Amino acid sequence: MSLLSVLIGTLAFAVLAPVLGCLLAGLDRKVSARMQGRVGPPLLQPYYDVRKLIEKDNVSVNSAEGAYVTCALVFTLIAGGIFFSGGNLLMSVFVVTLSGLFFIVAAYSTRSPYAEIGAMRETLQVMAYEPMVLLMAVTFFMASGTFDVAGAFALGAPAVVVAWPAFLGFLFVLTIKLRKSPFDLSYSHHAHQEIVKGITTEMSGRTLAKVEVMHWCENILFLGWTALFFIWGSPVSALVAVLVAVLVYFLEIWIDNNFARVKWQALLKSAWVVALVAGGVNIAALAYAPYLM
Amino acid sequence: MALLGFLILFPLVVAGVLLAVRDNRARNVVVAVSALVVGVASVWLVVSYLSAPWISFDFHSPVVDYACTIVSVLVAAAILFFGIRYKNVPACVLAVVQVVGSLAFEFAFAHSLPVEQGLYLDSLSLLMAFIIGVVGSGICVYALGYMEDFQAHEPEGAKDRRPTFFALMFAFLSAMFLIVFSNNMVWLFTGWEVTTVCSFLLIGYTRTEEAVRNAFRQIIMNLIGGIAFLVALYACAIQLGTLSLVEFLQIGIMNPALVALPVTALALAGLTKAAQMPFHTWLLGAMVAPTPTSALLHSSTMVKAGVFLLVKLSPIMYAGAFASQGGLLAAMPSIMTVLVGGITFALCSFMAISQSNAKRVLAYSTIANLGLIVACAGVGTPEAVWAAAFLILFHAIAKSLLFLCVGTAEHHIGSRDIEDMDLLFERMPRLSRFMMLGILCMFIAPFGMLVAKWATLVSFAEMGQVMLIIVLAFGSAATFMFWAKWLGKLSGIAAARENVEHDVHTSEWTAVMVMAVLVILCCAGLPVISWFAVEPYVYSVYGMLGQDISFSNLWISSVLSIAVIVVLFAGLGRTKARKVDIYLAGVSRDNGERTFRNSLSGTSTASARNWYLEDVFGERRIAPIGTACCSAVIIVALAAAAVSVPGLF
Repeated sequence: MSLLSVLIGTLAFAVLAPVLGCLLAGLDRKVSARMQGRVGPPLLQPYYDVRKLIEKDNVSVNSAEGAYVTCALVFTLIAGGIFFSGGNLLMSVFVVTLSGLFFIVAAYSTRSPYAEIGAMRETLQVMAYEPMVLLMAVTFFMASGTFDVAGAFALGAPAVVVAWPAFLGFLFVLTIKLRKSPFDLSYSHHAHQEIVKGITTEMSGRTLAKVEVMHWCENILFLGWTALFFIWGSPVSALVAVLVAVLVYFLEIWIDNNFARVKWQALLKSAWVVALVAGGVNIAALAYAPYLM
Repeated sequence: MALLGFLILFPLVVAGVLLAVRDNRARNVVVAVSALVVGVASVWLVVSYLSAPWISFDFHSPVVDYACTIVSVLVAAAILFFGIRYKNVPACVLAVVQVVGSLAFEFAFAHSLPVEQGLYLDSLSLLMAFIIGVVGSGICVYALGYMEDFQAHEPEGAKDRRPTFFALMFAFLSAMFLIVFSNNMVWLFTGWEVTTVCSFLLIGYTRTEEAVRNAFRQIIMNLIGGIAFLVALYACAIQLGTLSLVEFLQIGIMNPALVALPVTALALAGLTKAAQMPFHTWLLGAMVAPTPTSALLHSSTMVKAGVFLLVKLSPIMYAGAFASQGGLLAAMPSIMTVLVGGITFALCSFMAISQSNAKRVLAYSTIANLGLIVACAGVGTPEAVWAAAFLILFHAIAKSLLFLCVGTAEHHIGSRDIEDMDLLFERMPRLSRFMMLGILCMFIAPFGMLVAKWATLVSFAEMGQVMLIIVLAFGSAATFMFWAKWLGKLSGIAAARENVEHDVHTSEWTAVMVMAVLVILCCAGLPVISWFAVEPYVYSVYGMLGQDISFSNLWISSVLSIAVIVVLFAGLGRTKARKVDIYLAGVSRDNGERTFRNSLSGTSTASARNWYLEDVFGERRIAPIGTACCSAVIIVALAAAAVSVPGLF
């Protein structure tokens, strides 16, 4: 039953997430341009870019990179399927990590120095955000009594009511996960990347198109995690959750445009301190609250 | 029961035979055949008692008791012999304390407290027997080819000590079987001491100065554990009047405060053997030994004996943490184990990041994972024990696969540094894929270890173990870092490089293949193993099951891991894409060497190294913190337990 629902969820996610993600990316570029006083490209520009990438010649630096990136994309889709079919939140987190690992290995396999530095930085980014993401999932569990995403719809009040510190902590590392400045160390959409194109240096044509699509899908999934904290047993909650997701993304665009990229030390330290304080305090509060009352 | 006796005695007989066999080819035959026999016998045992609850066997014999006494004396004599020869005073003192203690115990109590049912088995013993019988004997087979290369690398005229080496390996297996099947705690203790002295001799195998030093460090730390075990035996005999493991466990679950001293002492013995901080240095030092020794110590024997004992004790710790009477004292063993395990897990994962020596990374990862198992045992809920059993299984097979791969790679590329494993994907295509499989199995979903860690996280979350949740979150993140960068290093592909794996010994390939197949089967068969092997144990101990990961999620993991394995072994290397050079900020000259034409038309080389973040995660920064914290925890717990004994103070 659950295998089937994950399968259906994955197929649905594979169709819908790229469309939504593409529109979101288009909107992102539009809003960013307006913040910088430019007009910006048309809304569908990300789609035109990817279509052009697909039409390019099929060239590659080795025979494995493409397969790794395909795996990364497929596992992102499965993670989305698990999440949006109401499956286990931790499972979704773990499968996204697997997808991230394939992306990292794809870059390493090229043996390009620039890609390797990008991959190393990406690994560090994963290490930086992973504790907060896990603590976020645990806080959700402690607030709702289940790791199943579907369980949120049975709550009397949204999880954020008791889990707001962990939610804020998660917003902090969301900037890393969405690849926004100041935490876009491994690769960036901005022109000012100091290591050529970081982790995607050696990726081109269809492989790069897959990376773009994967990024769109990831964005939708991560916003889904964000929205989960605003779901409760009322039909209105879906609307509230979508609204929150949109606001959060706007906030991320604003952050992206207003902060310069930091060094890895600052990234690691700040992300871990935030995880320790926000996640730790929240979990301790939820664990010990029953004894205090 | 005959099969249990066979598994304990047969390796011992083989060890005796191997001591006498000097001829290489004869030894190859003996080792290969006996390994096969041990493997088949242990699988047969597992199949015939599948999902068994606790089954005790009526078996007691004064002969065995005397044999155990003699073995204890021999063990002490061996340590004294080497202690005097290498002038190591602490080792001698500890050995004397131990032999006097155990002889006094023998004459005072052993015969007045007979244990009617000397042997037992349950599903956890079966799981251990499978690991010892299949993984352990697989490593013995691997050692055949490895030791031949090893001897060839030795200086001219070096003494060939291989007969001793192989005899010790088999004696080790025998002692391990004794540990997992003994209900008589004196016999269990004998097995315990034999593993200590076997690993002492194996670590010191090369007799270099470093090897001897590290061997003595091992023996001193483990003798402390052995003496703690002896204290527990005295406490059991005087306070409880029994030397039967099952009766001890039953009394302990009924009244955890009463058994606080023996449980704390046994837990300390388990912690030393499982190389938890502050005792972790002995396992790091054990790296000087030939690789099969490391593989044996890390995966199927020695350290696993430590966590086996702790998992056995976990029902008492669980009962102690929730005891209505006895308060903090009853909970002390649980608190000690949880704290030491948790701290060790996080700090050793951090330190693994700073290491570039592959065997040292593996060692830190072993200590960290053992820490997690120890923490699970300390929490002691059904869910945590479920997770601990899976961690033991997956760690054993994946770690042995990795050690065997690193050992073979070392002999063929001449280094065990991860940076030198660049381009291994081309130089040793088959081996590097097996190594990648082992690494994947160690740290990433949907493979076994991570599923077990997932269960751990769920059980910690359900218990509200705040400290452990945080430790697990940060430790797992560090785990990702040090494995991912190693995996990346292995995966590099440049120009077609020479394949150097043609002359790997058949025995090495056989063992590596066995481990790889085990990894694949266990990952794919995760739900089945849970159903037939792990849940029966949890049920037989707690009378209930902890439902932390639903069956359907186990199946999803199983399907996904098969998909990843198919990609790794069949999906890479096929593409229709046109090959181009990598970007090097200049015209590329040689992709393999990463050279390019610079602006002056000369040749420049680009180089890249992985990050080791020495300033953040260096040993010198982190190890003292862990040693201090864990020592303090252990001392406080021991003091509390000692004070609790009426009449002692």
